[in-house]
Order: sequence, then C-alpha cells, then structure tokens
Amino acid sequence: MRITCPHCGERDRREFYYSGAEDYLHRPGEGAEPAAWDAYLHLRDNPAGVTRDLWHHSLGCGAWLVVTRNTVTHAVLGVETVEKEQDQ
Amino acid sequence: MGIFSGYSGLRVIAEGLTGNKGWKPVWRDPAPKDSYDAIIIGGGGHGLATAFYLAKNHGMTNIAVLEKGYLGSGNIGRNTTIVRANYFLPGNSEFYSHSLKLWEGLEAELNYNVMHSQRGIINLFHSDGQRDAAARRGNAMVNQGDDAVLLDRPRLRRMLPYLDFDNARFPVMGGLYHARGGTARHDAVAWGYARGADMRGVDLIQNCEVTGIDIHAGRVTGVQTTRGPIRAGKVGMVTAGRSGQTAAMAGMRLPVESHVLQAFVTEGLKPAIDHVVTFGMGHFYISQSDKGGLVFGGDIDMYASYAQRGNLPAVEHVMEAGMALMPMIGRARVLRSWGGIMDMTPDGSPIIDKTPIEGLFVDCGWNYGGFKAVPASGWCMAHLMATGESHEVARRFRLNRFETGHLLDEEGTGSQHNLH
Ligand SMILES: Cc1cc2nc3c(=O)[nH]c(=O)nc-3n(C[C@H](O)[C@H](O)[C@H](O)COP(=O)(O)OP(=O)(O)OC[C@H]3O[C@@H](n4cnc5c(N)ncnc54)[C@H](O)[C@@H]3O)c2cc1C
Ligand SMILES: [Zn+2]
Repeated sequence: MRITCPHCGERDRREFYYSGAEDYLHRPGEGAEPAAWDAYLHLRDNPAGVTRDLWHHSLGCGAWLVVTRNTVTHAVLGVETVEKEQDQ
Repeated sequence: MGIFSGYSGLRVIAEGLTGNKGWKPVWRDPAPKDSYDAIIIGGGGHGLATAFYLAKNHGMTNIAVLEKGYLGSGNIGRNTTIVRANYFLPGNSEFYSHSLKLWEGLEAELNYNVMHSQRGIINLFHSDGQRDAAARRGNAMVNQGDDAVLLDRPRLRRMLPYLDFDNARFPVMGGLYHARGGTARHDAVAWGYARGADMRGVDLIQNCEVTGIDIHAGRVTGVQTTRGPIRAGKVGMVTAGRSGQTAAMAGMRLPVESHVLQAFVTEGLKPAIDHVVTFGMGHFYISQSDKGGLVFGGDIDMYASYAQRGNLPAVEHVMEAGMALMPMIGRARVLRSWGGIMDMTPDGSPIIDKTPIEGLFVDCGWNYGGFKAVPASGWCMAHLMATGESHEVARRFRLNRFETGHLLDEEGTGSQHNLH
C-alpha cells in the first residue's frame, strides 16, 4: 500500500503511523457526558468499504493526514491534511 | 455411543476391514424452519460452541446456527491454533483458566480428535524489567491454579538450543514456561462442536447470510436472511471480525475496529521446534504442526481492514523477527501465507453480554486470541442466552465497560484499537 502525502508525494506505507478512525478528530468539549467520550474513544462504524482514518507521516514531513480508503480492497481514494480538513 | 456410531480406534479397524462403507456425513444439511427458540449468527468456533453448550448444558435444542459461508470458513480455520491460560488480570485470568480446563476434557466430551497437544509455551524475555514482569505474570497464573515456571538462561538453553541467545539487540535472558499450553487442530474444533450440536438436534444452516435483525418495541423477534425470514425470541451475534456489520443491523455501534492478522507456514520439516515459542520484542511466535510445517506469525498489519490478506511490510517484519531469534529457520521455504479479520477492542479483551435490545446478545471482541477461548466463550454465551445472567467467569466482559471505565487492558497499552 502506498499513500500520497500532500506535501511529500507518493510514499511507502512504512513511512506512516496509523492512529485510527477519523472519530479521533471530534474530541468532546470539557464537561461532556461519559457517553460522548465513549463514542469518541471506543465506538466505531467499522465499515467494510469506504472509511476515513488518521495517519501520521511520521518518517516523512510529520503531517497528520485524513486518508479515505477502502477497507476491503485496500485502495487509497484520497488524502488530505487534517489542517485543511478542519479549515473546511 | 457404540463402536458403529461414535469414533474410536476399534471403529477405524472395523471400517478398514469392511471397505470404509459405514462412514456417514458428519452433520445434516437442514433447510431453515420458520422459527426457533434461539438463533446464533455465525458458524465459527464461538457460534458452534455456543450452540453445543446451549443444547448440552441447558437442554435448548430447538435452535439454529446461521452461517453465511460454510462452517469454519472464518477465523476458526485461519488461526495459528495456540491454546494457553497465561493471563494476568482478574476477569481474564479465571475465564482463560476455565477455557483450558474445558480443552483438557474436550476430546472425550466431543468424541472427536481435536489433536490438542499440550507441548508447552515459552514466552521469552530479554531484560531485567521483562523478567520481573514475567515472574509477576507467572505468580498470577499459579494463584489462579494454573501452571508457570520461570526458566533461567541455562535451563532455557537446554530446552531451546537453537535460539540466538546472544542477539545484540535482544539477548535472550530466559522465559516463562506454561507447560499446559500448546496447540490444537483448528478445523477439528469447529467440526467437533458442529457434530456434537447436530447430534443434539441443533440445525446448522450454511450459505445463509443474516441481512437484517427484526426488532419490535425494543425486543428482538427474528432475523432476515438470504434464505428467508426466521423468527426467534433470542438471537446471539457471534460473528468475530464481522461483528460491526452485524451490530449495525440492530442499530448499534460496537467498540470494535476490524484489522487483518497474517500467518505463514513453511514446507514440512523433521521435528525441530517442540514447543510454542513467543518473541514479544520482535513480534514473532512459532510452533511446528504435526505435518512438520513451521507455523508462525507476528502482529496485525495495524490499519483497519476486511481484506483477509495482508500487506508486505508485515510479512517482511515477521521474517526479520524470526531470523533474528532463530537463524536456523532461514533456509526453510514458506509455502503459504494468509490473513484473517480480527475484531479488535480498545482494551484487547472480549465482550460476552446482553445488548440494550431485549433478547439480543453479543459475543465478540476476541482480538487475535479467540481460538483458545472457544470452549469457555461457548460455555458462557450459552449460559447468558439460556439464563439471562452472565456466567461468573465472564462477568467482567461487559459491553458498557468502556463507558464506565472498567477496562481490562491486559497489556496496558491504552484505548487504541490496534495496540492490543
Ligand atoms: C492468522 C491468525 C492467527 C490467529 N492465531 C490465534 C492463536 O494462535 N490463538 C488464539 O487463541 N487465537 C488466534 N487467532 C484468533 C482466532 O482465530 C479468532 O479470535 C476466533 O477464531 C474468532 O472467533 P470465531 O471462531 O467464532 O470466528 P469466525 O470463524 O470468523 O466465525 C465468525 C463466522 O460468522 C460468519 N458471519 C459473519 N457475518 C455473518 C452474517 N451476517 N450472517 C451469517 N454468518 C455470518 C462468518 O462467515 C464466520 O464463519 C488468530 C487469528 C488469525 C486470523
Ligand atoms: Zn509528508
């Protein structure tokens, strides 16, 4: 599997650290209910098909990326920096 | 069971002398009925064991197992067959201890040869800190009533002379030896439970995918399948790597992310590796099958996947770790590799519990350690489905423990699904 970093171009999967589903981008605010923390940290849609997850280009530029992928075929469909995602 | 109905050495001889004409299909192939007292979704190890113990321990025989492929087509036929009871935390410790005791009586219980081989497991350590952790784990195992021996370097060297003891990065300093651990024939476990359940009247329905779960006023009433609707007041979801999709049919999100784990087997060799050996620092473990193949693996590929095949970086990593630990295997040729889909939870421990929907139960979250758990999981899931109460050795495997903070993080790696 190869991932195209917006800064560095197409790179080997070994340069990237996988963190988990994009749910990690939606951190609950202070004082949120336990159920909100549970949903953020633990509960997952876990789709067989297209998913969006967080990768860190740890052996490259160090950017955090949102990767749109297919979990059944391992095809990478799109990559964006978290920074850009959050601007939108 | 007489000579001519069960399996025995005498029967093999009798059949051999009469042209092997008496062997019959091992289970029926029934069409689904309109309704059952209980339905189990998933014909893997856990689903089949649940059905067996529902019939055997609780007298529930008007039940069905619905399997989308053929029996044993999932992880039960893809794992590296290690059976052990070397857990540390209360909650896990008593459960796996119970499971190992069931393994020890399983062949007699099922009248089926599952080739359970208690060849012993050795977890290696490479530093003083790791030795302390191994000693602590060993003490917890002994306190639980199981067995553990801390091996020093000379003793380990006599048992595993082929290790690279003086590896520059991870010198081998000793190992934690669990003599009752070992392996079993994975398919045979599925087949043995399937046969036992079928003999007690359970309908095992293959090529029957569940496509919907019917819920009325907060109660489960049945399922939709590719072979038509089937009614039942009790439904157990036992679909391992596919648990997320099954739960979604009931409108639930589970604390599960599915990941691929690979394994490898070499050409058959003469007996060389007598135990199961694990090299935690390198993410590598190995045993030798009865056919002579070296069966080995490492860690998951680390990203969410349903592909049942892995990527090359994990292959390279496993091979490197194997070569670092036991260079003697370097000339063996790898014949096959494959992958299976693991239901990873944020604390690495499983779930056997009711759901918020009346009559709907879930058994999932086995990570990469669910083979050894098959007997106890079936036992406890059957207990839960029959009585509505958690079995005492599975009482901490709650669905809501992530919300309440009662996690069972055996490795202490934190709540990220791929870290266990
Ligand atoms: C490479 C590898 C190595 C492993 N090594 C070990 C080991 O050494 N020791 C150990 O303890 N564990 C090991 N495991 C883990 C163990 O194999 C699993 O945890 C365990 O088999 C999962 O439970 P199961 O047997 O019920 O799963 P499965 O056999 O996967 O059963 C689930 C079944 O549900 C069916 N299903 C799914 N969705 C539906 C639906 N909608 N309708 C009908 N049926 C459905 C599937 O077809 C499947 O047959 C390993 C796993 C892998 C992949
Ligand atoms: Zn980059």
